[in-house]
Amino acid sequence: MKAFVFSLFSVFLALSGAGHAAEPVNEAALLNPRPARHLSDYHLFINGAAQLPNVGVMPYDLATPLFTDYAHKFRFVYIPKGQKASYDDTEVLHFPVGTVLMKTFAYPADFRRPDKNVRLIETRLLIHQKKGWNAWAYIWNADMSDATLSVAGATLPVAWRDTSGHPRGTNYVVPNKNQCKGCHSFDRAFTPIGPKARNLNHVFAYKAGAENQIQHWVKAGKLTGVPAHVPSVPRWDDASADLASRARAYLDVNCAHCHRLEGPGSTSGLFLTWGTTNKTHRGIMKRPVAAGRGAGGLDFDIVPGHADQSIMIFRLSSNDPGIMMPEAGRTMVHQEGVAMLKEWINSMK
Amino acid sequence: MKKLTSMSAAMFMVALFVMNFGFAAHAADKVVQIAAGDNFEGRLQEALIMAEPGTTIEIGPGHFDMTGGLSIDVQGITLKGAGMDQTVFSYKGQTNGGEGLLVTSDGVRLEGFAIEDTPGDGIKTKGVDTVSMIGVRVEWTGGPSPNNGSYGLYPVQSKNVLIDGAVVKGASDAGIYVGQSQHIIVRNSRAEYNVAGIEIENCYFADVHDNVATHNTGGILAFDMPNLPQMGGHSIRIYHNRSVDNDTANFAPEGNIVGTVPMGTGIMVMANRDVEIFDNDIGGNATTNVLLASYPRDFTDPTYIPMPRRIYIHDNRYGKAGYAPDKLAKTLIEPKTGLPLPDIIWDGVVNSFWAALFGPSAEDGIRIHEKKGTTFVNLQMAKDHVLPWGASPDFDIEDYGGSFPGRAAVKLPQDQDAGAAGASASAPSGSQSASRSDSRSDSQ
Repeated sequence: MKAFVFSLFSVFLALSGAGHAAEPVNEAALLNPRPARHLSDYHLFINGAAQLPNVGVMPYDLATPLFTDYAHKFRFVYIPKGQKASYDDTEVLHFPVGTVLMKTFAYPADFRRPDKNVRLIETRLLIHQKKGWNAWAYIWNADMSDATLSVAGATLPVAWRDTSGHPRGTNYVVPNKNQCKGCHSFDRAFTPIGPKARNLNHVFAYKAGAENQIQHWVKAGKLTGVPAHVPSVPRWDDASADLASRARAYLDVNCAHCHRLEGPGSTSGLFLTWGTTNKTHRGIMKRPVAAGRGAGGLDFDIVPGHADQSIMIFRLSSNDPGIMMPEAGRTMVHQEGVAMLKEWINSMK
Repeated sequence: MKKLTSMSAAMFMVALFVMNFGFAAHAADKVVQIAAGDNFEGRLQEALIMAEPGTTIEIGPGHFDMTGGLSIDVQGITLKGAGMDQTVFSYKGQTNGGEGLLVTSDGVRLEGFAIEDTPGDGIKTKGVDTVSMIGVRVEWTGGPSPNNGSYGLYPVQSKNVLIDGAVVKGASDAGIYVGQSQHIIVRNSRAEYNVAGIEIENCYFADVHDNVATHNTGGILAFDMPNLPQMGGHSIRIYHNRSVDNDTANFAPEGNIVGTVPMGTGIMVMANRDVEIFDNDIGGNATTNVLLASYPRDFTDPTYIPMPRRIYIHDNRYGKAGYAPDKLAKTLIEPKTGLPLPDIIWDGVVNSFWAALFGPSAEDGIRIHEKKGTTFVNLQMAKDHVLPWGASPDFDIEDYGGSFPGRAAVKLPQDQDAGAAGASASAPSGSQSASRSDSRSDSQ
């Protein structure tokens, strides 16, 4: 009897799921310059609370992601029917108009059991509209039934137990639209940051089985122009990978959207993209320009062999808004990331 | 027939209404007022984001406690308060954002409000064309402290920058800092108790005039730095300012180039070319009134030129100076010149062996035309370095006579009716310091 009820329940679930799936992604809503009030209006998920994507919405992840106060992230991309992104070797893939990149920020109650009791905080949409990319943030309701548009941003207390079981918490900041652009800016135009070939070129555990993401996108008919050799970056925390590459990958994702010639941090002359070759621009024995007290009494961004004398480490280790780097996107120090960068600088000669 | 008339009248009314609505919706006329009260910060930021281009956003008198940085990314926005002492944004409790207000869109005008006690910079504009800061105040209310934010007004990589009637106090780097920008006017403003009062760095075409820089470490600075997207600063005119009594000990956090500025520096030029300094009152500066220096540190950028070139200094009024030199001026210059240090000091660093021996080419030189009695030294650092027997400082100001042709005034698109102000600024200054002895007493 119990089993019967259960199976009836699952049939009901499957049916209701199918009912949603029958409604395709709302491309008209995505292309509207005015944002929808609720995330559900876009039909991007079959089940938002479970982060179950609709047909045609592909999950993906990045080898080395941006640090955002230890939040877990669920990333998805939707490329309109019949269209493809085109490949780029160094910059973000070229996505057609109508594409939406989604990122949901979430905290499991206990990081040792990351699939249980997951609290969704916000889902950010980056939509390629006719006039360019546009960004909106949706904050999840307490019961996770839906998420509501937030223009001015919000500060939300969050709490969890970390992988060692220690209680952690912070006042998580949902960015406002301008703060989004504070990072997502390339030559002053709104632009995505994450989905670059080098950061996608690794195996992802799809429902149907594990597969390289680039190959999966090609097979799905969503990516064209892929060359024989695609670059890749390591995971920042992969102890088996080359330390310098891990550090460069970390700086590339966490800093280089601003710290590059085309980004908001160009004024500093500190350029941290994966491809930057000039050592001074990369910070090695580079003096600060307008760092003010952000320099912390230190003379150089990176002093090889001396992490404790390097402004980069000083600023990544601070939570003071007049000192901390990055300026946005975190309220906590990424202890493990800083430890890795320290090890890298201390190993430099 | 009658019915028809009333119908057409109604239609006419509808048409009028539509026209009116269309007109009202034209953003250039739109004024949005944000009242004090609950969630003021959220409502203001939302208004700044959702505003149509050209909207004026007004805020009445009040003291507003802010927790995050404000930002403007819509073109043509005017943010207007009730005056720099009436509408005050306090950032004492700021927990996020690198500055109090960030502007990233073109054509923005900021007017009549104050930003206080930001942990980072006060007002920053990045990469914008046409920005005006009129009658705004940025202040760290606890006085000079290395824990104060770096820059008060901070336009960077911007074009057509107007700063007029501003007040900046307490910045731990520069009060008014314009960096890597082009076409700039800083005028009628007051900078005090900052490390650098007004600093123009890596900029092209700047007019700095009719300002008061006092009680800073250094009054007015024109710097050029290596390894930056815009280098080779040039075409700067510093005129009709008062840079007096800059007597605050350098409180910049270490590691910053501005931390090397000696207390009591009136006007300082580091690197840059084509700088004209004239008609200023400069006095009460314990290190020196005018310092011309090369970039003192190692650099790796082969395109960077570290020396000041084509500097023309004329018709300024000098008060007492050089009586208590600070930092490198004390250890490096005082032993060569004795006390007091001269009014105008050039380090004499040049970039070639021949220039070291014979001075820079006539086209690249330093030219001075000042009233008799103005003191000067070329420290001949390069010659001293090149010759085995060294070189002694050259105190003869007559060797540096002559002039460079003046440059036309900077004109900004948002400042087209200011021709008269520009003309009056170049007229001779007031009588209070017309003679050297007068200005000495003035600055004591």
